[in-house]
Amino acid sequence: MSDDDNNSESTSPKTQLQAGVTLAKRYLIQEVVGLGGMGSVYRSRDMHFPSVTKLVAVKEMIISAPDPLVRETIVKNFEREANLLATLHHSAIPKIYDYFTIESRSYLVLEFIHGKDMEAIINDTNGFLPEDQLLSWAIDLCDVLDYLHKHKPTPIIFRDMKPSNVMINSNGILMLVDFGIAKAFQSGVKGTMIGTEGYSPPEQYRGEATQAADIYSLGATLHHALTRRDPRLEPPFSFAERPIRRINPSASEELEAIVNRALEYDPTNRFKSAAEMKEALVSIAQKKGVSVHTSAQISSVKMSGIKPLWKFKCEDEIRGTPAISQGSLFIGSYDHNLYSLDAANGKFQWKYPTEGGIVSCPAILEGNIYVGSEDMLLHVVSERSGKIVWTYYTDAPVRSSPRIADGHVFIGSDDGYLHAVNINTGRMVWRFEAADAIRSTPLILDDMVYFGSEVGGYYAVSFSGELKWRFRAKRAITSSTVGTRQAIYFTSMDGTLYALDPSNGWVLWRYRMGKASISTPCIADDLIIAGAADGFIYAVEAKSSKEIWRFRTDHQVNGSPVIYKDSIYCGSVDGNLYCLEYRTGRLRWKYGTEAAITGTPLVYDDIVYIGSTDHHVYAFLA
Amino acid sequence: MDKIFELFRKKDKPVAPKSMADTAPLTEDQLNSIVNNQNVQFELQQLIAATGQSVGKQRELNEDSVFALTTTMAGNSGNPPFGLYIVADGMGGHQFGEVASNAAIRIVAGIVLKKFHPYLFNLKQDAVEESFQEIMLEAVNEAQRVIQLEAPGSGTTLTAALVVGQQITFAHVGDSRASFVYPDGRIENITRDHSLVQRLQELGHITPEEAENYPHRNVLYKALGQGDLLEPEIFTIAFPQPGTLMISSDGMWGVVSEKDVIRAVNESPTLQRACQNLVSAANAAGGPDNISVVLAQLIG
Repeated sequence: MSDDDNNSESTSPKTQLQAGVTLAKRYLIQEVVGLGGMGSVYRSRDMHFPSVTKLVAVKEMIISAPDPLVRETIVKNFEREANLLATLHHSAIPKIYDYFTIESRSYLVLEFIHGKDMEAIINDTNGFLPEDQLLSWAIDLCDVLDYLHKHKPTPIIFRDMKPSNVMINSNGILMLVDFGIAKAFQSGVKGTMIGTEGYSPPEQYRGEATQAADIYSLGATLHHALTRRDPRLEPPFSFAERPIRRINPSASEELEAIVNRALEYDPTNRFKSAAEMKEALVSIAQKKGVSVHTSAQISSVKMSGIKPLWKFKCEDEIRGTPAISQGSLFIGSYDHNLYSLDAANGKFQWKYPTEGGIVSCPAILEGNIYVGSEDMLLHVVSERSGKIVWTYYTDAPVRSSPRIADGHVFIGSDDGYLHAVNINTGRMVWRFEAADAIRSTPLILDDMVYFGSEVGGYYAVSFSGELKWRFRAKRAITSSTVGTRQAIYFTSMDGTLYALDPSNGWVLWRYRMGKASISTPCIADDLIIAGAADGFIYAVEAKSSKEIWRFRTDHQVNGSPVIYKDSIYCGSVDGNLYCLEYRTGRLRWKYGTEAAITGTPLVYDDIVYIGSTDHHVYAFLA
Repeated sequence: MDKIFELFRKKDKPVAPKSMADTAPLTEDQLNSIVNNQNVQFELQQLIAATGQSVGKQRELNEDSVFALTTTMAGNSGNPPFGLYIVADGMGGHQFGEVASNAAIRIVAGIVLKKFHPYLFNLKQDAVEESFQEIMLEAVNEAQRVIQLEAPGSGTTLTAALVVGQQITFAHVGDSRASFVYPDGRIENITRDHSLVQRLQELGHITPEEAENYPHRNVLYKALGQGDLLEPEIFTIAFPQPGTLMISSDGMWGVVSEKDVIRAVNESPTLQRACQNLVSAANAAGGPDNISVVLAQLIG
């Protein structure tokens, strides 16, 4: 479970019983097997059976409320719970053996289930659970709900159907657990919410708990299992916004229809009873028993038909990013050259040789191209002729891209300095010493320069070269910064996407990606989008750092995504250029080049330009 | 004490009589312009806040809790203003609502201030490693845990605003509201009510008119202390400038019309008076529930 960090706080070790303790002179505590809202669940041995090992589950409830009235209410609810369980006899309901209270702790002794709960199964499964498996569980759950709903003298409404309350034992047998221990069971108290947010139907919030409510929650449980989308993390009653087969194309139409009916807003439109729902499930299970399980991978994406408008071959890998001006495309290559191509057809115009590989993106101003090279120089070249204008020396390879503002070019170097160079004279105005190589491209915002270094230092320097504030990430910051006055964003090799306040360097939020990142984020409306070495492209909401979508590529994403109209373009080391719908992350098209893409695409005038390590520059219609 | 004097001296220097000795005296306008320019130069931002509270006219018990702290922070860059404002409304008619709302403000404020302690009470150079949003999340999770222990089954709303510099980081659960009131007479709700009635409106099951008279207006689908997986809304946005941040419980926003809120905020001479006027307006409208309001402005 992903929320272990939070849960582990809910019972601090000192309040947990230690292995070896015997409760009520009978139950020998062996180990903690679960954490509830108010205490732990222990696997214990019943010492009344000394010659055999009889395991039981001891569920503990710690009453730490200081108010005596509150305490009394809790114990009353607890006893009601125990008495209720004692009247139930069903193979999918754990037997209760005993209950007792010692000082401020109450205990239930229950049948021990050796297994895993359904939420853990969903989380631990890669991809979707097989439908046949889910069908048989759904049928079993209907069966036990039917038993509860037909209970005499009064029907029992479970009220809290959800994956974490369904255990699957090692023999694959399903058990419904947690009959509301520690939960206020009084109904009709105003404002009380009984059940679990996300799984509970609208009427349950109004205090009405009926059979139809359990059917809805079962529908919600199945929806969660089928789509892997946890409803507790979504607005209530929003299942219709997440159609099952759009998320999980392998689900059958019939099962989707059954789940949708269970999830009807109006209780009268749902199945009339658990028995009726069970019948519907059994009938599709029978059909499936005859026909072979068909989980055809339905893909609505057209992959064929995407062809480049043109491509151009350099003499070595392209790892940099192109720039465009006056109908010409400029791109550097590992073959040491800066190329000028006709953006319309990819025709060669000129090349300018440097003494090292070019891995960055050129900047263009007033007819001149500025580009850094691994030959330690910043080169300034005439846009039209490709002739040298001036060069500027640093003491190590230049892998940062230049930024021009206010008559100055700002560029980082592996020599550990950020250089500010006058564009008219080609002379250094100042340089700022960082602790290590600067490969990130500086961001210029409101007379400030923002950049990261290879040991994780991050600096905000004024236009006069004075440090305003600094920040430290755990690993290198190779990604460049993007941002606004409200917040600046960058990624780090420590696997984090950061949002900082540009005026003082305080961290607004951190978003953890699966692995290290050198991908520069891109801002698309209220989304921040960046790639990482785990192969994902992530989209996160700018104000809340909530993940909106993620898209998996087949290898590291080291280049940066760019937004154009409503599409995100991004390359991956798997060789593909991806075009995604920016709101949902859905794939529009992809194009496979012959080798890894580590650069960033350029989109201009409805054309996407990208370089690949297969030595080619490609142009596509956006 | 010496330090305080130093501060004053620095501020006074450009207009000190000494500098005028060998030049012509400055006019009032010139003086003002120098003083004003100086303020711009220093980029001094001033955070001011006020609170108001009343049990209302129909309840015997106050289940609302309010917290407000306004100061400035030392270290890092400049001395940015620091503010923490919280409104918690113990679930209406519910048992132990006052225990829950009190625990909520106590725990959340305690954790947030502990995190900022080195910056508020010492000089520290580096920024904290944790983000504002992580600090708020930790505080809410801890409050959730404590409420479940101290008053199981109870619940409370929580709307907390952490102000550092010009950023506000909100943590929000339930149906208390954070809003921005603009001088041009607009009011913008920043938070989303986690109430059944709001959700049914969002889904189009009931109309705004039906919502007015909906019998279960008080039912929340998300509250601190309730549920095993609480996901508070946490987000960071810029402080409105110009504008007023208002945090209020439904005993205020559900009772006083938007028009009256805007008038009280924009036309009162001080924020304190604005709070008083808002509380009076809610009581004048019958005071059906506990009333809580916090107002804050960032000036300069």
